[in-house]
Amino acid sequence: MIRFEDVSVTYDGACEPTVQGVDFEVPEGELVLLVGPSGVGKSTVLGAVGGLVPHFTGGTLRGRVTVAGRDTRTHKPRELADVVGTVGQDPLSHFVTDTVEDELAYGMESLGLPPAVMRRRVEETLDLLGLASLRDRPLATLSGGQQQRVAIGSVLTPHPDVLVLDEPTSALDPAAAEEVLAVLQRLVHDLGTTILMAEHRLERVVQYADQVALLPARGHAPLLGTPAEMMAVSPVCPPVVDLGRLAGWSPLPLTVRDARRRAGELRERLAGRAPTDIAPAAADGGTAPRENRAEGRTAGRLRRRTPAAPVPAHPAEVRSLSVRRAHVQALRDIDLTVRPGETVALMGRNGAGKSTLLNALVGLLEPSAGTVHVGGAQPHRTTPRDLVRRAGLVPQEPRDLLYADTVAAECRAADHDAGAAAGTCRALVDDLLPGVSDDTHPRDLSEGQRLALALAVVLTARPPLLLLDEPTRGLDYAAKARLVGLLRELAAAGHAIMLATHDVELAAELAHRVILLAEGEVIADGPAADVITSSPSFAPQVSKILAPQRWLTVAEVRKALS
Amino acid sequence: MPRSSPPGSSARPAPLHPGAWWLWSLSLGIAATRTTNPLLLALLVVVSAYVVATCRRPTPWSHSYSAFLRLALAVLLVRLLFTVVLGSPIPGTHVLVTLPELPLPDWSQGIRLGGRLTAEALVFALYDGLKLATLLICVGAANALANPHRLLKSLPGALYELGVAVVVALTFAPHLIADVQRLRAARRLRGRPDTGVRGLLQVGLPVLEGALERSVALAAAMDARGYGRTAEVPPGVRRTTTALTLGGLLGVCAGTYGLLTAEGGTYGVPVLLAGLAAALAGLRLGGRRTPRTRYRPDRWNARSLLVAGSGAAVAAAMFLASVTDPVALHPGVVPLVAPVLPLRPAAAVLVGLLPAFLAPAPKEPS
Repeated sequence: MIRFEDVSVTYDGACEPTVQGVDFEVPEGELVLLVGPSGVGKSTVLGAVGGLVPHFTGGTLRGRVTVAGRDTRTHKPRELADVVGTVGQDPLSHFVTDTVEDELAYGMESLGLPPAVMRRRVEETLDLLGLASLRDRPLATLSGGQQQRVAIGSVLTPHPDVLVLDEPTSALDPAAAEEVLAVLQRLVHDLGTTILMAEHRLERVVQYADQVALLPARGHAPLLGTPAEMMAVSPVCPPVVDLGRLAGWSPLPLTVRDARRRAGELRERLAGRAPTDIAPAAADGGTAPRENRAEGRTAGRLRRRTPAAPVPAHPAEVRSLSVRRAHVQALRDIDLTVRPGETVALMGRNGAGKSTLLNALVGLLEPSAGTVHVGGAQPHRTTPRDLVRRAGLVPQEPRDLLYADTVAAECRAADHDAGAAAGTCRALVDDLLPGVSDDTHPRDLSEGQRLALALAVVLTARPPLLLLDEPTRGLDYAAKARLVGLLRELAAAGHAIMLATHDVELAAELAHRVILLAEGEVIADGPAADVITSSPSFAPQVSKILAPQRWLTVAEVRKALS
Repeated sequence: MPRSSPPGSSARPAPLHPGAWWLWSLSLGIAATRTTNPLLLALLVVVSAYVVATCRRPTPWSHSYSAFLRLALAVLLVRLLFTVVLGSPIPGTHVLVTLPELPLPDWSQGIRLGGRLTAEALVFALYDGLKLATLLICVGAANALANPHRLLKSLPGALYELGVAVVVALTFAPHLIADVQRLRAARRLRGRPDTGVRGLLQVGLPVLEGALERSVALAAAMDARGYGRTAEVPPGVRRTTTALTLGGLLGVCAGTYGLLTAEGGTYGVPVLLAGLAAALAGLRLGGRRTPRTRYRPDRWNARSLLVAGSGAAVAAAMFLASVTDPVALHPGVVPLVAPVLPLRPAAAVLVGLLPAFLAPAPKEPS
């Protein structure tokens, strides 16, 4: 259906090709997953299918890409619109019209389908994706999961033979992600649609794939094989595969179910041992962070830089907080205390109020009832200059924090804003992001590097409370591991950390305490191991495999076995 | 008429054609230009506001009404302020207050700063400003009642691309405002003041960058979904289209020129009409090049016609009244007289309330 013949793509101004030697075929009716670390050109390969590369991005494409027999060199994206449906990473930038129903019809209108057919397909698609109750809603008012489903629906209505999806579940909570994946599976099984998709969260998608195309590194030719074969050699893999590698299972299990059936022996080996918790359980009593934990150059520097004087007040104290935004009760009666050295994960479905709580903690939103105190001050009444020394937030889009056109200028501005000694921020950048030169433009950094730069900017003011909103969106496993190590060191150095995330594996690795939010209310608050293992949708893969034993991460198991 | 329909769908009558709302509101606005009687103007404002209150649906664009109200108020105040500061050519005897007059050089004859302020001048400015404010409020009503995007969808096929450009521009503004708000919030996170003009200026570049990136992404998405596909048309048709459109536009220009000059009174109207017809035929033929179809197009049903008709009736009645009874529609300023509500035009304005009974907004399920 899709055929790459020795394709290489070189963008204008780049000295070497982004992808090279791409030569594989996706047969009709298969779901092929494109995996690889970030920056290896997954989006380029996906864009080449719909003709957006090179017709829209510029650059040179060598070799040949054919889709349903049409050559993308001679067919512009618009002439492929009836066979290829493409959904990019950000559904909002995909929308052309303003309501759900119009959006679903837009592609068919462009293709000139008869009105009766359009009406029927819109109704079918509304049902298929569970959008019927939202048909008149303006797109801007939908939640992330709903927007993603509308975006998929809008390319489904013209009945394309091929669907190309770039990170369809990265922005979604676990339940919404499963909804979207169930729809995709239905398309493959019932309609014979061919799907090529890229996704970082392999733990969610790898079991649905018929084949995996692995791009091991930039400029390397992709390898194609069954998911089990590819996972055995892939530099990126989900926890279930990692556990399988650790236990030496062959063939590697891809689903929790497969792994559970083989895990009997592993469970026996682990039976006597308890997880030596990598993170101190500070949730119940505010255990002092263990100083011996932080090792290495970075930790030393971070510890020296952290406010040594004990903060008299808690980093964050929230009493019966309610927030109303545009006639919606976003938060209801929240009580919360965060202690120094504690890492708290805020979880819950899209639109549950996680970001609202973080924004209220830095004073971007005013409480409509109740109080918020951050380091003893009310954030919305505190001047920004003073506030950055009490709490720092890295927003969902780290780029929002970066204004300057070079890393050096950004660091100088950060030192100035925070009133820190010159060079403070640059030293942090060196720790977090070794090897980034002064004159790099922040936009040219990768997703993970940009996050690290924003984090360095925020840390320049040494806030005792560090807030992160969806920090792992768009990060591959390696970047995520670096982030986890870094945040652990910060927590060990006494920073209180609060992160809003959909990533259960991240919460399992990092959090001492997990707070579940639903419709603006706290529905669970307790030690991470208790909260996330008790909920099937928030449980990490390792805990599902090894239940009833309470292991959360592969690292814990590895440590216990060694 | 009771009609059996599947449950759930019966509650939603088909929305009116957006063109009907625009015709209704613009007719009310045109009616407002025919009079300076403050009572009639106030009645027009009340009628349009009542219809907006009963008929508007909870949509993002319906919030624009209050913005138009504020704009109208601002226009009225500015008009009054100009009269106070710059004076007015209206002769008057009732001096309210005498402001200190700035001596101006000779070459600025006719311009005056400060000086006598008469009640007559103020009342004249009030009437005049009120007329303009009413017109603005009527346009605001159209914006609140009809989705501007749907109106653009009703454009003929050949103008479709123009319509899309406008739609994209219209959705761009809210995105831009959201971007500015987000980036100003981010300034707070950097420890910089998030208010003030400087804050706004510093986020300017990132906002524009974001806007540019978004428009490129949107263009790619639209192209990937088949925007701009063209159908093959025989060369004959293509040439005829060009000839008709160009010839028609030339005809329109020549016809308009004829109408406006004194000598061309005879050929003006026929040439204009012929040109218009040719241009429309060209547009229609040009539509063949785009294979687009329309999903659930808005239709002109009886209710739409009645709504548009009620507006037209108000405008027509006001035109008639301005001919037959100009005194009542333009209450005297010199000498000052209290305005009287002329009954027949007032009754005619009330016809404009018809949409409130024809197309009330569906009650929100609670």
